[in-house]
Amino acid sequence: MRELKVAEITRAVRGLCIEANIVADEDVLAAFRERLKTETSPVGKEVLKTLLENARIAKEERLPICQDTGMAIVFLEVGQEVRLVGGDLEMAVHEGVRQGYKDGYLRKSVVKDPVERGNTGDNTPAVIHTRIVPGDKVRITVAPKGFGSENMSFVKMCTPTAGYEGIRQFVVECVKKAGGNPCPPVVVGVGVGGTFEKAALMAKQALTRKLGEKSPRPEIAKLEGELLEEINRTGVGPQGLGGSTTALAVHVDTYPTHIAGMPVAVNICCHAYRHGVVEL
Amino acid sequence: MATIEITTPLTDEVVKGLKAGDSVLITGTIYTARDAAHKRLTEAVAKGEKPPVELKGQIFYYAGPSPAPPGKPIGSVGPTTSYRMDAFAPKTMELGLKGMIGKGPRAKEVIDAMKKHGAVYFAAVGGAGALLAKCVKAAKPVAYPDLGAEAITELTVERFPAIVATDCRGNDLYSRTA
Repeated sequence: MRELKVAEITRAVRGLCIEANIVADEDVLAAFRERLKTETSPVGKEVLKTLLENARIAKEERLPICQDTGMAIVFLEVGQEVRLVGGDLEMAVHEGVRQGYKDGYLRKSVVKDPVERGNTGDNTPAVIHTRIVPGDKVRITVAPKGFGSENMSFVKMCTPTAGYEGIRQFVVECVKKAGGNPCPPVVVGVGVGGTFEKAALMAKQALTRKLGEKSPRPEIAKLEGELLEEINRTGVGPQGLGGSTTALAVHVDTYPTHIAGMPVAVNICCHAYRHGVVEL
Repeated sequence: MATIEITTPLTDEVVKGLKAGDSVLITGTIYTARDAAHKRLTEAVAKGEKPPVELKGQIFYYAGPSPAPPGKPIGSVGPTTSYRMDAFAPKTMELGLKGMIGKGPRAKEVIDAMKKHGAVYFAAVGGAGALLAKCVKAAKPVAYPDLGAEAITELTVERFPAIVATDCRGNDLYSRTA
């Protein structure tokens, strides 16, 4: 058994919140540069150049890439051999978010009640997903999610015989419906199988993959490639103003499911594609 | 596709001269306002009160900035998604608003109101929060300060870049795409 003070988790979460919001993903910036070569729309090209310049300014000035510094989604993978001491784990995570959003001059975008609203003032609570895994490490992924993209999320309970075609149709339909709202170029996370909520969680988790990393399953990797191509033929383009760069990647995860169904969830992420990972 | 320098307040002449697809650089004063401020403002006006800021000729910027770090007038301040303000936008134009900056397409009712009242809709690049912040020289909350980032804040901007997404004749860049 290995002891880990939850204060370490607070410190890690604080740092990840700040860095994820200020320092753009290098793979995303590389993708922008690549896409500049192939983007068909002049406005689209200008948008990509603006986003590259924005990333430079954000890093230099220590300003968030985007003012929507999001609701903090925190994935915890806690090793079975770890004994967490010094306090409540979830409280420690919320405290890390509280500190990160304060010290990093990040926007406080969380309201305490979905109907009555009322800003909580400190961007807490976070949304926490915890798994217990083998080993003696704690792996923390912080993925701040802005709601321009989050609002463009969809779930469909497809029929069990809908097949790859059913997934394809739904995913492309979702991206077209979302249009310019999620700040294209987007990264599309898709969860197929499981249950209603498992599919949605998989779609979100798919958005924490290294950009463009393919599924280990060949037929799914093929689907990811085909979806990306088809999405980039829709003409939505950067910021929905037209062009050939609508998505930078499509990541699909699957899980066994019930004989009577095939849930398909689509979670769209904007070009900011923010996450940080630390292993304690 | 021309790049046009415009100043605020916007005159009818300037609005008519802008075409969908034009790039603009805005200098002057713009006002941030998003969901909560729009709801409060329209409810106040419905009760017979005056809007908290004079809207005639002005531009609303649909944005909620991140907090200003020490020594800076404002934090990151890119646009928020405009469709959420669609229900309120026609009323703001009735009250004299001439321009809106945001991102994403507008509903038909909004575009109809733009044609009726002679207003223009600009798109700023979503997620370019740091770059747009550099165009803001001063920021002062002028209404609903309790809303924090959602307050109506007067921004003094210099050469703030945007694209005319929808002009006062209803030509719309967004509806040209798939």
